[in-house]
Amino acid sequence: MKSALKGLSAKWLALYAVAYMVFLYAPVILLPMFAFNDATIISFPLTGFTTQWFDVLWQTESLHGAVRNSLVVGLSSAVLSTILGACAARAAARYRFPAKRGIMSFIMLPLVLPEIIVAVALLVLLMQLGMPLSLATVVLGHVLICTPFSIVILNSAFQGLDQSLEEASYDLGESRWGTFRRVVLPLVMPGVVSSLLITFTISLDEFIIAFFLTGTEVTLPVYIWSQLRFPGKLPSVMALGTILLALSVLLLILAEWFRRRAARKQGIEASATGGFA
Amino acid sequence: MLTGERRQGLALISPTLLYSLLMLAAPLVMVLTFSFWTQNYLDLDTTLTLDNYREAWTKPIYRALLLRSLNISLIVTAVTVGLAFPIAYYLSFHVKQRKALWLFLITVPFWTSYLLRVFLWKVILGYNGVLNTAFTGLGIIDEPLTFLLYNANAVVLTLAHAWAPFAILPIFVALEKIDRSLLEAAEDLGDGPVRRFFRITLPLAMPGVVASTLIVLIPTIGDFITPKLVGGTDGLMIANMIQIQFGKANNAPLGAALAITSMLIVASISAVIFLLGKRFGGKVQ
Repeated sequence: MKSALKGLSAKWLALYAVAYMVFLYAPVILLPMFAFNDATIISFPLTGFTTQWFDVLWQTESLHGAVRNSLVVGLSSAVLSTILGACAARAAARYRFPAKRGIMSFIMLPLVLPEIIVAVALLVLLMQLGMPLSLATVVLGHVLICTPFSIVILNSAFQGLDQSLEEASYDLGESRWGTFRRVVLPLVMPGVVSSLLITFTISLDEFIIAFFLTGTEVTLPVYIWSQLRFPGKLPSVMALGTILLALSVLLLILAEWFRRRAARKQGIEASATGGFA
Repeated sequence: MLTGERRQGLALISPTLLYSLLMLAAPLVMVLTFSFWTQNYLDLDTTLTLDNYREAWTKPIYRALLLRSLNISLIVTAVTVGLAFPIAYYLSFHVKQRKALWLFLITVPFWTSYLLRVFLWKVILGYNGVLNTAFTGLGIIDEPLTFLLYNANAVVLTLAHAWAPFAILPIFVALEKIDRSLLEAAEDLGDGPVRRFFRITLPLAMPGVVASTLIVLIPTIGDFITPKLVGGTDGLMIANMIQIQFGKANNAPLGAALAITSMLIVASISAVIFLLGKRFGGKVQ
């Protein structure tokens, strides 16, 4: 009786899991469907196959500008937040210092703060300082929200580091910098790469902060937002979204691969959740 | 006097800390100050006053928006966490192999453009949308349903989708930590599956449930894209008003007061949820 009940609930749960995955993927599946559909209106039934919307993308000058801006913002944010994240993660994993918990939770705060609050707060500060809005101000905001993610990823990399390896390096006459460069860095490198990829992806997709802090030059999500108002532009936006989706998935798989390699290098089991939560 | 280790630790964390102080603490203090100032057409009147708060708390429109945001956010949180729990449970207790792959598949949709995901829900729920075409095609309904889009339900559904992975992961982690021998012990002592779930599994999973509740609730209050795209007029939330005050209405001080007010409300609700979770959470000696 008991095992029968168990089998039944397992079956229902599995069914539920499948239904939930359908719910999760429903909007994502539609993206490529409409990107390759040859109707100008985004609705069913699909009419035929075309790649013309991708051709439209090649000819849209304003889009190319937005892509360039997003790449610049994404790369700068990724590099800066990974550097800041590495400092904090290393300090947290290796040293004991006063007010450690307080400092760490303060740095992690953007993770739980509504983005509109972060955006509005930065906007107010910049207005008061008289700083003109530009791509640089977007980077300032993105670094703030990307750093906590970088810390989470790098924390597991630094925590898995065997301290005796460093000590051995000192004993063998390496300087502090030499030890960092030749022992610590190679061991945490996969974590660093994974952090760069994740923070880049976050910055690439971030809208609210970019919307508030951008000047005349817009990033890709802000560009997409402006296009959503024009029904005629929608199919090409779908094509753009499809490319972005493919790119994000590729970056994620790469990041995951690097993270696992890092774990393997340090001889620990890669946790299934990737250090999150 | 700081010892060498403490000094090194502080020195190492100082760039990150400094950045957070400059880009987070200073701006937040600035917003707080701003909320006590007033906008005088193009100039800012820097005399300290509570006028903005008076307006934010008494004017019917702001009150209505605040209440509605709160209402929608709480529903979104309940729905999201409620839908996420069985998935986390399934992954933790029933999936034996390839757990990492499942988790990866759950996070993939989250990494697609947020804007486009929200927009695509509009495509699914719209008058000529996927659901309506499917239902009319199957002969279930004659006329397309209009209650699907441009209301609070659409906002709830879209946000429940947007925050799914954030709700699942913390619960999954908490469930994974549960010592399986405790469940066997409960069974040996005569607890049925239902009783065992409520007496052992759920209390021990409580930290994860609280974490995912807060992770979903807090950002939801600050979202203005989803209400704008799928919410229609009765789905607008307080963040839309904050955005309007900082944008078109050009009344940053009032916007700041609204932002501070909603933050205070979110913080107090979060504290209550946290304490409730502690109260009902299980302890393992």
